[in-house]
Amino acid sequence: MWDRLRRGGLVPVLTLTAIILAMWYLACLPMNRDLPQLARVEGLANRYEVAWGLERPVLPAPHQIIGELYASTIGTRLLRESADGLVLNPRNLLTHAWVTISATLAGFVIGVLLGIALAVAIVHVNALRRSLMPWIVASQSIPILAIAPIIIVALGSVGIVGLLPKAVISAYLSFFPVTIGMVKGLTSPDAMLLDLMRTYNASRTQTFAKLRWPAAVPLLFASLKVSISISLVGAIVGELPTGAQAGIGARLLSGSYYGQTVQIWSALVMVALLAALLVALITLAEKLTLKAMGARP
Amino acid sequence: MRAPTAIDIRNLSLTFQTGDGPVYALADANLTIAKGEFVSFIGPSGCGKTTLLRVIADLEQPTSGSITVNGLAPRDARLKRQYGYVFQAPALYPWRTVEANVMLPLEVFGLPKAERRERARKHLDLVRLSGFANKYPWQLSGGMQQRVSIARALSFEPELLLMDEPFGALDEIVRDQLNEQLVKLWSQTRKTIVFVTHSIPEAVFLSSRIVVMSPRPGRIIDVIDCDFGAERTLDIRESPEFLKVAHRVREGLRAGHSYDE
Repeated sequence: MWDRLRRGGLVPVLTLTAIILAMWYLACLPMNRDLPQLARVEGLANRYEVAWGLERPVLPAPHQIIGELYASTIGTRLLRESADGLVLNPRNLLTHAWVTISATLAGFVIGVLLGIALAVAIVHVNALRRSLMPWIVASQSIPILAIAPIIIVALGSVGIVGLLPKAVISAYLSFFPVTIGMVKGLTSPDAMLLDLMRTYNASRTQTFAKLRWPAAVPLLFASLKVSISISLVGAIVGELPTGAQAGIGARLLSGSYYGQTVQIWSALVMVALLAALLVALITLAEKLTLKAMGARP
Repeated sequence: MRAPTAIDIRNLSLTFQTGDGPVYALADANLTIAKGEFVSFIGPSGCGKTTLLRVIADLEQPTSGSITVNGLAPRDARLKRQYGYVFQAPALYPWRTVEANVMLPLEVFGLPKAERRERARKHLDLVRLSGFANKYPWQLSGGMQQRVSIARALSFEPELLLMDEPFGALDEIVRDQLNEQLVKLWSQTRKTIVFVTHSIPEAVFLSSRIVVMSPRPGRIIDVIDCDFGAERTLDIRESPEFLKVAHRVREGLRAGHSYDE
């Protein structure tokens, strides 16, 4: 057991975490020293004690963030009564997490399908490879913060509001790694394997289904991992311009309006946890798929 | 009386246009291969032996001259799936089991599943790999992988088998074993086999006819008859007859080289 943990890198991970936490705690005093609550406190120990328990610190201490995370998830009712019956309680952080996750997943699905479709088109039509690729690359050089409000407003003006505009922004970001990865993956079979299909007089569809697609699967999963995490970023960015009512983005925004740094930090930690969870799910799917495809363990 | 013609090559030339100017891969090749023959192309690298095989398989287009495969243009022969091709590497699909790899061409041809299985079983038997049907390629040695690729080429029972240095990457012990097995397979099935190699003993041991080629431009400089009978074993390689043929092949190769210098 111990050996397995050691080989799994648990010791270095824990050591690094401890070092980061220690530095964080140490930084709390210098970062917060200009706050009025600390003005008349004398003695290093006393000053740290105050610095670690401030209500609106510039840099909150880790235990404050964990406390807020606990209070705003497990410590708050997830459902509450309303005129429409039971609804998700907006005071609970998980409500906001769910709002963001649903937009993330919708955007991820749209982005992945679009990304694959573009890659298939690019691989099979030579003219598209030259004409489409520069546009695809250019699309990603536009700052998403600039284009997100345009998408929200444009879709809002035709009556599309809520989850879909956020999903569109997610998809705008997440199709890109899939296209790049899949173009690479679909063209990865070497000349010999393609010649083999030629000697069978295989159709393009057969060559695609039996050779190009399976060969691209490992790269697909690598792309999906990048794609899901930027889908999450896209969904959060999509929640900012409208001052959305719900979602992690809304939570960040309201936190910054009211100087609730602990709330902001706990929302950020929630984002990190969600991203880790989503990537872990894809990694699991990857392992199972590659195992089913006979990959060397 | 000679057997009917499998491959007829007349005045065939192939020039690749490259950035450094034209490369004369094949110049004025003439060759007739009868059905049931085992013909080896031997020569140093760059002599066009693989190119010639790829022209037969319609994987390259000749610049001039004519060629027929089973009486058809190479393209029509390919479209009618008249030959099985074995590459230098096993070229197995790593996500398919051994059995699924052998069934690949049969899937492409749209054969029903029961028949696919039956044919895969039969041809894995033929290359003595019956026990490995459900293994993945990486679980097999290099020699076994190449036997799978031979089973795959045979699975749709083409009359013509084109083999491009199939044992080139294997060690000599495995290569010897596979040579013996290939001769047995040839005498059992009586397929026409065209075999590319750069090993003199391999060519002399396997072939009923050896085509000696030389590079720049790639051309045929000698065609040597040599048939040691269907029952031959590796021992014949010590016999004077064998050494005599090997000597003539070596002389041919040497002549080709001196011409070059």
